Amino acid sequence: MKRFIGFIKKEFYHIFRDRRSLFILFGMPIAQILLFGFAITNEINNVDIAILDHSKDATTEEIINKISASKYFTIKQMVTRETEIASVFQKGQVKAVLNFEKDFSKNLIKEHKATVQIITDATDPNTANTISNYVNAILKQYQKQLNKDINILYQIIPETRMVYNPELKGVYMFVPGVMTIILMLVSAMMTSISITREKELGTMEILLVSPLKPFQVIIGKVFPYIFLSIINAVIIVLLSIFIFNMPVQGSLLLLGLESVLFIISSLALGILISTISASQQTAMMISLMGLMLPVILLSGFIFPISSMPYLLQVISNIIPAKWFIIILKGIMLKGVGLQFIWKETLILLGMTVFFIALSVKKYKIRLE
Amino acid sequence: MKTILYIIQKEFKQIFRNKGMLPIIFIMPLLQLIVLSNAATFEIKNINFGYVDFDHTSTSRALIEKFNASAYFNVLTDFQSEAVASSTMLKGEVDVVLEIPQYFERDLQKEKYNSLGVTINAIDGAAAGVENVYITEIIQGFNQHLKVDLLLASDNQVQPLNIETIPLFWYNETLNYKTFMVPGILVLLVTMITLFLSGMNIVREKEIGTLEQINVTPIKKSQFIIGKLFPFWVLGMVLLTVGLILAELIFNVPMLGSLALMYLYTSIYILVILGIGLFISNYTDTQQQAMFIAWFFVVIFILMSGLFTPIESMPKWAQMITEFNPIKYFVEVMRMVMLKGSGFIDILPQLSKTLLYAFIMNGLAVWSYKKTT
Repeated sequence: MKRFIGFIKKEFYHIFRDRRSLFILFGMPIAQILLFGFAITNEINNVDIAILDHSKDATTEEIINKISASKYFTIKQMVTRETEIASVFQKGQVKAVLNFEKDFSKNLIKEHKATVQIITDATDPNTANTISNYVNAILKQYQKQLNKDINILYQIIPETRMVYNPELKGVYMFVPGVMTIILMLVSAMMTSISITREKELGTMEILLVSPLKPFQVIIGKVFPYIFLSIINAVIIVLLSIFIFNMPVQGSLLLLGLESVLFIISSLALGILISTISASQQTAMMISLMGLMLPVILLSGFIFPISSMPYLLQVISNIIPAKWFIIILKGIMLKGVGLQFIWKETLILLGMTVFFIALSVKKYKIRLE
Repeated sequence: MKTILYIIQKEFKQIFRNKGMLPIIFIMPLLQLIVLSNAATFEIKNINFGYVDFDHTSTSRALIEKFNASAYFNVLTDFQSEAVASSTMLKGEVDVVLEIPQYFERDLQKEKYNSLGVTINAIDGAAAGVENVYITEIIQGFNQHLKVDLLLASDNQVQPLNIETIPLFWYNETLNYKTFMVPGILVLLVTMITLFLSGMNIVREKEIGTLEQINVTPIKKSQFIIGKLFPFWVLGMVLLTVGLILAELIFNVPMLGSLALMYLYTSIYILVILGIGLFISNYTDTQQQAMFIAWFFVVIFILMSGLFTPIESMPKWAQMITEFNPIKYFVEVMRMVMLKGSGFIDILPQLSKTLLYAFIMNGLAVWSYKKTT
């Protein structure tokens, strides 16, 4: 036991001696969560659009005013000919062009029908679709206003209640995701480096001839990082509560315990990576290249998992981050207790045990 | 010149000698390109839908049938009570709950007007907004249907004014996400590989102690840097080429613009990334530090590139920061040239900014490399 404590002390010395890494370790997650918490949103605001108005009458003018008054759109320019649209899009100046047909007002009054084209630059399909929907909604609103005197028979009006996030804040969606990604990548990267570093510098040999057992070496390696990551997690949670006004509806204790579980599982994953790689370079490339994009894309951080192809939905189950994001959103936004998230917790626990067991098994006690 | 060739030869040998790294450099990125490009879609479908029907009449059943018929909704079950519905939503098993009140049909016939309760899980605000649009559309369609049924009875209906909207999606009529995501993800992968490798490169020699041996040779600073840069530059170009071929073969991503223009831009872009990598490498003492810093920048570059979330939606100060993000320019250029067929003049702003960036970063890299310790 004394030996083991000595070993843990050595690890702490190693970490605290490298001031620069320590600074990066704490400074970067803070910088990132601040930056991303404010900047990342998939809401659409102030989109630049252009107008091609063939009729230039009172109705089109009114519609254009309505559109420029909305917070979603900024009217950047007027185009005069259809042929100009392509060049405007190719320069990337606007995302959409509204094309009003000739004699818009006249048609509307005479034929009870007038047409407007919503031409969007669909190289970004998501933005294009949203723009199209928003313009449509503004026009429908205007149409309703025109028709207000006509009594429409039989109406069912949906009364919609947005629960857990009534103001539809993007922050509620992204802060748990950013928190997960930072904790996971930092934890996995740190531990994967720590073991391979000893291999590369040749000090692993000394550890191997020492009477410490493999699992003692591994636990001793992980222990200081659990401590550091918990501090990181606390800082991130405090920032999200006080700066981004994220609520914690559920129990703070449960949130803490779940975070510790997730940290341990990420550290264990890091250890596993280090046991299978020979150099720091390999370990880092696996933990960065191998984890970064899959974690960002398959965890449900930005893209909804339920919309993915079936095969990817299956693959997403092996990403620990996916389960932690569900847990975080559950505790922070829905205010649920363990009875609603025991399944996710059990899965994370199972993964952790699996990673640790595999690393102990893979840990070579002989030099090659 | 000969000196540079020797350094380049040495670097290539080191890359290909490390058997553990080869699959990470060549296979992992391409595998990710193929698999992950399918994941990046904002399209909302398979919405888990539940309902509480207190009415149990033909109208309420017809309405639910409308949701059943829609491709977006995945009608799960009818809940016996509101309590069951809300607890299922807490578990995350259902995202939308429709509540049809008692006497719904009777009141509708009497008052010609009735309301419905719709509860949406809004944690993902953008998705909730889209779900709301779908629901409103279905209910409006249902209203229309009720109206037509009744129009026969009531005569002299005034025809309402109708503004018809025709959405046209240029360059991507079917709103195929893959043509949008594949080029973007390819950019990310090329960037990550070149940045991580170049970032670790010099600092690795420092850590192992071989840098000292190079420093005592008569190799000039610039020769050394060029020799270090070139192999990774080739690597980046090769990865991009293979990626583009895969994009064409597997995902049928169109290539409307000039391929030569694409390569011209890429060749400059990779220089920027390598410059950043070498600069990091010069300023750190261990590979660990270098990787932490490279990781920090890559995460920022990726999430603020406009690839996953639109840049226009960011606050002004964040948009200013993205001006320093090389990935942003690459993503823009790739989309403009490949999907819209933009020409040299169209991408000139991006091209000149990238060129300037390349000069600055590589200048800094050469300047900050000290032969003495």
